[in-house]
Amino acid sequence: MRLYEKPAHVLHEMLVNKEITSVELTEDVLARIDEVEGEVKAYLTVTRDEALARAKAVDEKIARGEEISFLEGIPGAIKDNICTKGVRTTCASKILEHFVPPYDATVMTKLKAENPVILGKLNMDEFAMGGSTENSAYHPTCNPWNTECVPGGSSGGSAASVAAGTSIWALGSDTGGSIRQPASFCGVVGLKPTYGRVSRYGLVAYGSSLDQIGPLTRDVTDCAHILNVISGHDDMDSTSSEAAVPDFTKALVEDVKGLKIGLPKEYFVKGMDPEVEKAIRAAIEKYKEMGAEIVDISLPHTDYAISAYYLIAPAEAATNLQRYDGVSYGERVEGEDLVAMMTNTRTEKFGEEVKRRIVIGNYALSAGYYDAYYLKAMKVRTLVAEDYAKAFEQVDVILAPVAPTTAFKIGEMAGDPLQMYLQDACTVPLNLAGLPGISLPCGFSSKGMPIGMQIIGKALDEETIIRAAYTYEQSQDYHTKMAKLGGNN
Amino acid sequence: MKYEAVIGLEIHCELKTKTKIFCGCATSFGADQNTHVCPVCLGMPGVLPTVNQRVVEFGIKAGLATNCEINKYSKFDRKNYYYPDLPKNWQTSQYDLPIAEHGWVDIDVEGEKKRIRLTRIHMEEDAGKLVHSGTNIKDSASSNVDYNRTGVPLLEIVSEPDMSSAEEARAYMEKIKAIMEYIDVSNCRMEEGNLRADINVSLRPVGSKELGTRTEMKNINSFKNLEDAINYEIERQTEVLEDGGHIVQETRTFDPVQGITLSMRSKENAHDYRYMPEPDLPPIVTSQETIDKYRSELPELPDARRARLEKDFGLSDYDAGIITSSRAMAEYFDAVVATGADAKLAANWMMGDLLKNLNDEGLDISKSPVEAQRLGEMIQLIMKDTISGKIAKKVFKEMWTNTDSPEKIVKDKGLVQITDTKAIEGIVDEVIAKNQKAVDDYKGGNKKAIGALVGQVMKASKGKANPQMVNQLLAQKLDG
Repeated sequence: MRLYEKPAHVLHEMLVNKEITSVELTEDVLARIDEVEGEVKAYLTVTRDEALARAKAVDEKIARGEEISFLEGIPGAIKDNICTKGVRTTCASKILEHFVPPYDATVMTKLKAENPVILGKLNMDEFAMGGSTENSAYHPTCNPWNTECVPGGSSGGSAASVAAGTSIWALGSDTGGSIRQPASFCGVVGLKPTYGRVSRYGLVAYGSSLDQIGPLTRDVTDCAHILNVISGHDDMDSTSSEAAVPDFTKALVEDVKGLKIGLPKEYFVKGMDPEVEKAIRAAIEKYKEMGAEIVDISLPHTDYAISAYYLIAPAEAATNLQRYDGVSYGERVEGEDLVAMMTNTRTEKFGEEVKRRIVIGNYALSAGYYDAYYLKAMKVRTLVAEDYAKAFEQVDVILAPVAPTTAFKIGEMAGDPLQMYLQDACTVPLNLAGLPGISLPCGFSSKGMPIGMQIIGKALDEETIIRAAYTYEQSQDYHTKMAKLGGNN
Repeated sequence: MKYEAVIGLEIHCELKTKTKIFCGCATSFGADQNTHVCPVCLGMPGVLPTVNQRVVEFGIKAGLATNCEINKYSKFDRKNYYYPDLPKNWQTSQYDLPIAEHGWVDIDVEGEKKRIRLTRIHMEEDAGKLVHSGTNIKDSASSNVDYNRTGVPLLEIVSEPDMSSAEEARAYMEKIKAIMEYIDVSNCRMEEGNLRADINVSLRPVGSKELGTRTEMKNINSFKNLEDAINYEIERQTEVLEDGGHIVQETRTFDPVQGITLSMRSKENAHDYRYMPEPDLPPIVTSQETIDKYRSELPELPDARRARLEKDFGLSDYDAGIITSSRAMAEYFDAVVATGADAKLAANWMMGDLLKNLNDEGLDISKSPVEAQRLGEMIQLIMKDTISGKIAKKVFKEMWTNTDSPEKIVKDKGLVQITDTKAIEGIVDEVIAKNQKAVDDYKGGNKKAIGALVGQVMKASKGKANPQMVNQLLAQKLDG
């Protein structure tokens, strides 16, 4: 078994016990990148030299007998919408093709304090708009389980690299399912924290009131460890929560006895792949066996969530993306005057999906339409949040599918944006309500594609969803399987 | 038909916080281009604003000082428009829940009091500054942007269209300036753009309740320009209407050199600002406790101070009005009185020689070469009869360029008043002897003739004789 196949917590023990060095580990993962990146194409930037230099420094530290933190010396990679000081951050957009931030996102500052090896920046849908990573302005990323399929998105590069072994862990961001859906498609664990749990400072904004950074990992244990590192209030982010951050690894216990798990009927309907439903029903049975109590619940406004989301997120995006005008940073396409320069820059450098959402957003905010669209969407948002609040009076967590299907073929939904948007029906409502959710593997389709399920928690109660996820994970071995790629498995 | 003007002002007031509204960059004026900037005020990808709490405090204080209601639940919004001096291409401002609403201030124009209502006060960020290679953005080969001013905090103070003349608009803006100075939230230096106004002007037939079509003139930054722009615009609109034309709703620019307004942008090209609640900033929730605390920290405001000067010192309404029209003036007055100087004399000297000299040299009272302490000492010399009022004018003039104490100046220049009866009597006798005609006139019943004699005595004494004593002695001798 190669080193890249192991989760971070195993590798950490091996580093501590001096069974391996960080350089060996990093070289193995870099070798894996050389082997399979041509098929997967998860990366936009690989920082090979910096990664090896960091690994060497960690090894010296270990050699000196110093203690190391959990992530120290463990190679991971970062979604390319998280600002990395001195390292190009493109958001998979041509408009930021050469943008090198002079600052680190707060999560990077927190990560760097732990001294992990950073391998580079990961592909995504342009500005996190999409669910397949096909909207990257550079290249699509392929699903390691079947390279003809998408890895999901928008954190498709993050999920694919963790699944392919080209990183041990990754950070992604989730605005309407962008961590959970690719995690589900690629058979890895992905957690969207409560809105405000993790600082958004330095995360290039898509939908500011919805965006949240979270980990994508091989298993729930790694996920809890990384959440520990990145959580907490940040003075630079006024929307970050002041709530104390618990030690999430304390929630890594096998115990769901008496845990009340809600099953929202609205999440188990039309268009759902029978194989996906079957896998999730089996997981529910497993929970019952382990002593959890299953409660049927209703979240009546679920149907409206997609419509509300596709007004609120584009409205916020339309203004957030106004800054890319060719004036002071990013790319510029010259024009005969100022307006022509701005127009040319945005016309040429933004992709089609980004432009579609800018148009939707500006339309929703324009004079005379604000009340009918944006304001109404905000009201729906409140109703969706109230649905959850009521449900959580009865249950501790909510279990649901992540996506109605397994990963679809590249190009299969291109040209049908509406169909693509409907993919987000089970993930979007959480973002509207600001709640935490974890996606974890719960089976495979007959074609061998991973199936994920989603466990949704109360606000700031990541501990309970981690406990529920961990307990299930320990009862099976889906998370230990790796995609067969490059002939090395 | 007779028309009356309807005028409303939107005053932008730059706040004197040390740092910008949403980041830690310095606000100080005059630094090298693009040195007071950071990723946040440059609007770089991924950055987030954080609210400078001083700005909220200043907004609330400005609201309280102008009789506004404070919104305990207020929020920021994005006002979207593309312009290169705005790095994010939106201005973080306040739309439907400003920090303060529904206030008023009283103004005085030629003794007439008038109440001007305030619609609202909201907080927002300033934009950067464009430096064109040509005269404007259209005819320039290139333009540079200086982002130092980007994110400097502003209050926008919006009035109801309650003014009907340039004089009223000026009085209103002066009152707002005074209040902002008093509560110490702004330096109000108009020449540095700390205080600037957008003016809305429309006309309607006298007696009509309906508002006419308005034009707007932006960024007026002096009282003179304010009056000139309004007067020009009233004249222009009157002509258009009298010729049977229609006013076009538009933004016009005021050219202070030619003293005219020019069309800039008509309403058809007006922006749709697509306002949206700022998702990166939580709402501003203010408790009654905080409001009460800020209220208790407010100093005495111009109107109250004016009333107090009238009541305590018997100053005229006019004098008290001028003296309290700026915080610096009022404080100067207090400092003069604090030396023991008579308040009425203090007011007279300030309203007279001091203001005249300051105006002649274009100086602010804070830069007056004659400091309050020395003016106070000089007034006390008058009170002690060491010098006469007339001599005091000479002393004051000397003090303008000489930093010595008034006492020393009086001594050095030999300006001490002659109050010795014998000495004055001698001069009086001499003058009587030399001016037989005036003496005869007086004795023949022309009592006014004594004036000429007094003048002669004063002249002979080089102005140093005590005028009352001169009058008395002359009358005694002539009548006796």
